[in-house]
Amino acid sequence: MNTERWARYALNVVAALVTLFMLAPLLVTVLVSFSSSTVFNLPPPEWSLRWYAELARKDGLVSALTLSLYVAVISTAIALVLGTLTAIAVEQGRFRGREAVLAFMVSPLMMPGLVVGVALLQALREIGLREVFPALIVGHVVITLPYITRTVHASLALFNMSLIDAARTLGLSYPQAILKVMVPGLAPAFLTSGLFAFLASMDNYPISIFLTDARNKTLPIEILRYLEETPDPTIAAISACLILFTIIVLVVAERLVGIKRLAQF
Amino acid sequence: MSSAAPANRVAWLALPGVGYLLLAFALPLAALLVSSFQGEEGWTLAGYTRFFGDSYNYTVLWNTLRSALWITAICLLIGYPTAFVMSRASGWVQGTLLLALILPLSVGVVVKAFAWTILLRGNGIVNATLMQLGIISEPLRLLFTETGLTIGAVHVFLPFMVLPIFAVARQIDPRLTDAAASLGAGTLRRFTHVIWPLSLPGVVVGVAFVFSMTVSMYVVPSLLIGDRFKTLPVLIARSYLFMRDRQTGGTMAVVLLAIAIIVVVASALLARRLQPEARI
Repeated sequence: MNTERWARYALNVVAALVTLFMLAPLLVTVLVSFSSSTVFNLPPPEWSLRWYAELARKDGLVSALTLSLYVAVISTAIALVLGTLTAIAVEQGRFRGREAVLAFMVSPLMMPGLVVGVALLQALREIGLREVFPALIVGHVVITLPYITRTVHASLALFNMSLIDAARTLGLSYPQAILKVMVPGLAPAFLTSGLFAFLASMDNYPISIFLTDARNKTLPIEILRYLEETPDPTIAAISACLILFTIIVLVVAERLVGIKRLAQF
Repeated sequence: MSSAAPANRVAWLALPGVGYLLLAFALPLAALLVSSFQGEEGWTLAGYTRFFGDSYNYTVLWNTLRSALWITAICLLIGYPTAFVMSRASGWVQGTLLLALILPLSVGVVVKAFAWTILLRGNGIVNATLMQLGIISEPLRLLFTETGLTIGAVHVFLPFMVLPIFAVARQIDPRLTDAAASLGAGTLRRFTHVIWPLSLPGVVVGVAFVFSMTVSMYVVPSLLIGDRFKTLPVLIARSYLFMRDRQTGGTMAVVLLAIAIIVVVASALLARRLQPEARI
């Protein structure tokens, strides 16, 4: 029994250290963003909001944030439609290779982003699409689709299909039954997968870097460029805002669907 | 299966999604693959003979694979116990651990990599803490070293190791280990003969995730070690963005793609072999 006690103790220590390791960097970033100093020292000489004031004056960062939000919202919306339809087909349809279809839909997650970006760049040039915004949408739907398809499919597998039959017996057509019975039942799946798809799009660098130009940059690209030029805590301020935003979104999602569902990112 | 669902017509619903990915994902990748075999005059292997003929590229490949292996191994080493504790914990402990993984997972890679540039610098928090604890007397050089890269990357990719293992581990019936114990199996034996084999499917998924993400990571190394540490992604980005050298970049992109595909296929095959054991 003694080894068992020690093993349990050691495991708990590892888990506690991992918790600290995972959360400390985020906490430090938030603290540094309130520092009055231009260097990243902690504790800071004085607390101040100067980097937040600085942030509002940085047009590049603001316009990059706007572009990223637009791209994330639109590509997530498109992916929600395409992904849900595919998930329904895979779960309900009877055709060969359904597992292969699902694996294909999820495969962009496992492929190197830079390579997908390079390939898209060449393909879009081939067909003559040089506008940044539509190109970004095309690329970002590719990276958001896997999240939606995977999660909605997993949730559909647990959905009780006889409810559809019941609704049809009560006089609804098949599309109506889907819309009125299945869609509400799948709401948690839409929420979690939409959330992670949105965050993945907001964060994407490797595909966007090939599809943006000097004037239209997404937020991650602008942040990296800014860090190369002037590494000051302005980036800590925008990072702190993004962390706060993520916390709010997660709290809302947790309230709606529970944290265990979020773990199936 | 529902009799009312028009199963054959439902299959067509997959068309828009699958068609989209074929056009915007599979076709461009296939075109990239094909164009890497095309030279000035017709088909050629010149790109590949040049790539594999240059010993410098072996250093690049080795850098890419070595750092990915290290990061994956460390993620497994600390991620497995964490997932196990999480699966057995209850209430707020489990909630805290889940939060400690999901919050960083949801915060962007750029933000996390930037955070580590603050923590790892010479007068940063990591060095200050280690000196205060008396573990070191001189600040360590961490930022712009492989150690710094490994620390930051483990932070970024650890949730992708822990969560799949957790998903499997929480389904292992605790009575199985109790049964093994009542048959006289010690702690180690219960782990090696019961828990480890049953959790393997989760380990396979986690390792495949982390490895395929680390061989292709770009943002983390570019902030934590700089582009003097040459890996495939760094050189691919450079050859397209700065050098406009599509031939070399295309060849390297295909090599990286091949590595990713090997990882995916190998993990899928392994997962299939483990499948019967996974069901309990």
